[in-house]
Amino acid sequence: MTDEIVVVGGGTGGAVLANDLAERLGPEVDAGDVRVTVVNDGPDHVYKPVWLYVPFGLREPSDGRRPLRDLLDRRVDLVEDRVTEIDTERKRLGYRDGNGPRRYDHLVLATGSRLDREEIPGLVEGGHDYYSEAGALALQEELLSFTEGHLILSVIGSPHMCPAAPLEFVFMADDWFRKRGLREDVEITYTYPIQRVHGNPHIAEWAHPLLEERDVRIETFCNPEAVDPDAEVLETMEGTEIPYDLLVAIPPHRGSEVVEAAGLGDRGWVDVDKETLAATNAEAVYALGDTANTGVPKAGSVAHYEAGVVAQRIASAVHGRPATATYDGKTVCFVETGMDAASYVEFDYQNPPTPKPPSKSLHWAKLAYNESYWLTARGLI
Amino acid sequence: MSTTAADTTVDARGATCPGPLMELVGAFRGAEPGTVVALLTDEEQSLTDVPEWAAESGNEVVATEDEGTHYRILVRKS
Repeated sequence: MTDEIVVVGGGTGGAVLANDLAERLGPEVDAGDVRVTVVNDGPDHVYKPVWLYVPFGLREPSDGRRPLRDLLDRRVDLVEDRVTEIDTERKRLGYRDGNGPRRYDHLVLATGSRLDREEIPGLVEGGHDYYSEAGALALQEELLSFTEGHLILSVIGSPHMCPAAPLEFVFMADDWFRKRGLREDVEITYTYPIQRVHGNPHIAEWAHPLLEERDVRIETFCNPEAVDPDAEVLETMEGTEIPYDLLVAIPPHRGSEVVEAAGLGDRGWVDVDKETLAATNAEAVYALGDTANTGVPKAGSVAHYEAGVVAQRIASAVHGRPATATYDGKTVCFVETGMDAASYVEFDYQNPPTPKPPSKSLHWAKLAYNESYWLTARGLI
Repeated sequence: MSTTAADTTVDARGATCPGPLMELVGAFRGAEPGTVVALLTDEEQSLTDVPEWAAESGNEVVATEDEGTHYRILVRKS
């Protein structure tokens, strides 16, 4: 019987993994002994880092979209459907339209994050974000015509996608208004839920003085519990009320509902062994990227590196060999510090990040990587 | 042994900072005043993060229990 490998989700993790598996298991796939299937609930692959630039009018969401089929190895089957049920006891899957494989021998969940704006009353009506295509476009509409007032960047949910992006947005907004001669008319506040400006203490230590230098007001231990869109006030669990003219929020995130329903983890994040990425509550199930509850950032680089580990482990299982590949927590990230400067961090489970001094060359490296990302999705770099 | 009763328990064992505090904050969202939430955490930093946040937000740390492999921190919503 054909070995069924089913990858749920065709984002960075799913695409890199499927292409890696096609490469490793090419002869078996060609012989019909193994089938690699990606199930995605739409036709496109979306590169989300483009969204950071959309509010500033620098990019459009379409720059981050390409047909998934074009990025996948020809040996990978692509099914456009949505997995609606996972039975980990019987190794069976259910689908919205019934198009995908019914059973699996190896299942990889790469279902990513979704925004749960409704968790904060008033946020849908009163807040903007750049963590979705529609959100980034709506924010672009507001930001391009925003010339004075109080802009708040509020990190409401954590964990969230791309932990650097809130800092990047604030640094970019500061520089953008400054260069346009509007900074004196725009007050910028950055809020963060814990006692420092970033979850990672090393990045927080680096970013705090930079925010102060840029005259960004900092509110820590700030957990919004409601937004009053009529009064334009952010109300926090700590009892403060912060008036705003433009609220840019990082909404609470959740993983996939189907993950939660399958008992694989809370809020749709799969509980996994941090090194093997195997689900702790089921056999022959892996999770990667945002979906895996590892404690490392929900970032594309993480999904990329994790995909290589999961591909090796599944290929080992198919070949009847012990799986030895493990994930070391490796994360890399470029961090924009303005409109034409960026920093860079690299860290893992053992080694904390040391942000590089901001430079133009790192900014251009970030933009260059964004362009070459499509080669990563194809499994080439 | 657990000695203090809680209305709800948040198991954040295995999560690193700021995960446990964020899970506690999540449990407090929408909770009724008076609700006692027990946070299970093996992150040492929770021992300072949680009381600091409780003080900042006007909530009360009712007890901190060392369960051997983890801590059980009970916080009452004001």
